[in-house]
Amino acid sequence: MTAPLLEVRHLRVEFPTRRGTLLALDDISFDISPGEVLGVVGESGAGKSLTGAAIIGLLEPPGRIAGGEILLGGRRIDNLPYEQMRAIRGKRIGAIFQDPLTSLNPLYTVGRQLTETILTHLPVSAEEARARAVKLLQETGIPAAEQRLEQYPHQFSGGMRQRVVIALALAAQPELIVADEPTTALDVSIQAQIIALLKRLCKEHGAAVMLVTHDMGVIAETCDRVAVMYAGRICEIGPVHEVIHHPAHPYSRGLMGSIPAMDDTRERLLQIDGAMPRLNAIPKGCAFNPRCPQVMERCRSERPELRDARHTRAACWLHAQEADS
Amino acid sequence: MSALVQVDDLAKIFDVSPPWLNRVLERKPRQFVHAVDGVSFAIRKGTTLALVGESGCGKSTVARLLVGLYEPTRGRVQFDGQDTAALKSSPASLRNLRRRMQMIFQDPYASLNPRWKVLDIVGEPLREHGLCSGLESLRAKVGELLRSVGLAAVDMEKFPHQFSGGQRQRISIARALATQPEFLVCDEPTSALDVSVQAQVLNIMKDLQREQGLTYLFISHNLAVVRHVSDQVGVMYLGRLVELADKIELFARPRHPYTRMLLAAIPDIHMSGSSRTPVQGEVPNPLNPPSGCAFHPRCPHANARCAAERPAMIETPQGVRVACHAVQEGRL
Repeated sequence: MTAPLLEVRHLRVEFPTRRGTLLALDDISFDISPGEVLGVVGESGAGKSLTGAAIIGLLEPPGRIAGGEILLGGRRIDNLPYEQMRAIRGKRIGAIFQDPLTSLNPLYTVGRQLTETILTHLPVSAEEARARAVKLLQETGIPAAEQRLEQYPHQFSGGMRQRVVIALALAAQPELIVADEPTTALDVSIQAQIIALLKRLCKEHGAAVMLVTHDMGVIAETCDRVAVMYAGRICEIGPVHEVIHHPAHPYSRGLMGSIPAMDDTRERLLQIDGAMPRLNAIPKGCAFNPRCPQVMERCRSERPELRDARHTRAACWLHAQEADS
Repeated sequence: MSALVQVDDLAKIFDVSPPWLNRVLERKPRQFVHAVDGVSFAIRKGTTLALVGESGCGKSTVARLLVGLYEPTRGRVQFDGQDTAALKSSPASLRNLRRRMQMIFQDPYASLNPRWKVLDIVGEPLREHGLCSGLESLRAKVGELLRSVGLAAVDMEKFPHQFSGGQRQRISIARALATQPEFLVCDEPTSALDVSVQAQVLNIMKDLQREQGLTYLFISHNLAVVRHVSDQVGVMYLGRLVELADKIELFARPRHPYTRMLLAAIPDIHMSGSSRTPVQGEVPNPLNPPSGCAFHPRCPHANARCAAERPAMIETPQGVRVACHAVQEGRL
């Protein structure tokens, strides 16, 4: 067992507001090993993107890390001063965001953005940086890379832009890539190309990936492990096959059952009634208890922590009983 | 069973030319987008036809043409045996037609008036069509509609911002159902929703179809959703219908190379760990579509004929309609 590349320990993220403090992430802990792909799923507002933002140090104020720690290669990075974090971001952690148009600067050519990133983080000359930029674009499957360097982002299509963003994220050979919904804005045929590309390049460059998405299909094809988030907490984490086929937490079970699959013949989809609670009204005990079909007395008063459940780790009292008996 | 909606050779061309002054000074040409180009299909009463395709393929334009939000450039739409264009001359029959078909839009945040209470939103079609007289009967009717989509009658006093995305989409459905329509056009009704909420909305739509015998045109880019809700599926590419078949047939034996490509491209949760062959290329610019078969630059089976000649829709013995030279010639 190698040492984990990224360790997140009891991470808490708060948003102080006039009407009191909202707890957006509550006691999040997980590891990512070198070269591993970890998927993070959940519905809008579950805190997936916030977890990614906290790791790359780009929490939007007034959001702040209120507790816990984040370690990259054994060193804490959550309390670094702004300039030091800036040096790590891009160099050791690359980021890919959902919308490829807003993550590129419309006023600079693609070549300038790539060479600038390379020159900032790697000790190379301008010519070497340019050669590297061409190579990166070629690797991401952009034809006529040499000419494309001189073009502006608006001259690229959505899929091509996302390739440029991936090239940018990989420019300085980072150890970890945080990809936040990298394919959500793309059409299915392009989405398949981008996922295959991301998977291949991260393998070739040996980068670990934290892939945030709400698309279980993408997770199933790409990830080694997956974490399911609900209302600011991880409710289940485990190997991707186990979480999809043998989910232990009732929420993961509901989530998997609500997805229409290509080979199912059900007349009705499994439905979880109700909606995820707002941050200012998270229920006491297990946050899922008002919607849970297997709710027990204990769920309403005591909060479950992640514990071993068959093949995964789940935060649910159902599995505490199993362990006891 | 008879067709409730029959569409023949429907086309819509948008003029996207630069302004007159630019055309004169910069010698720019006039430009046209063939958003929908010769689409024909029929929807039987009580069934669902789904249209799938990538962004820009014209599926939403078809939806808008059907409900009369756009005027077709060519072709005609028949509803229950009547030509809708002929009805336009008589306001009374047009109103009657509007009552019988309704639309559900994609974005539940944009399609509800934020300053109206739910009572007004759902009650508007009832008032507009004179289906309700007096506030008390309106309230009773709206309450009943809200209950039919799984909301509570007391919700009618609230504003849209007090609801979540899935609940708002239910309000849209309740509004569409208010006039007791026979035909509902649903333009990506669940794309803006989370999966668990999507399941709630899809289940409601299926229940309502069973109870009230509704006919749906369901527009989506998500093939797994389409497979779940539809009876028939039409696949569109750059404004044209490339394949139209029964759901089971289409998913079991896709004929057109584009349909095959789309099916191969969907990430499926049961394919854990396996990899698929991604398709090459992107959708071409609709301003400047390829000659012949619009799909030929991306098609692995294309030959010289595909680049030159536009394939006609043929019907196979299994009742599948497909527009592809390779299928017609038996090369595929």
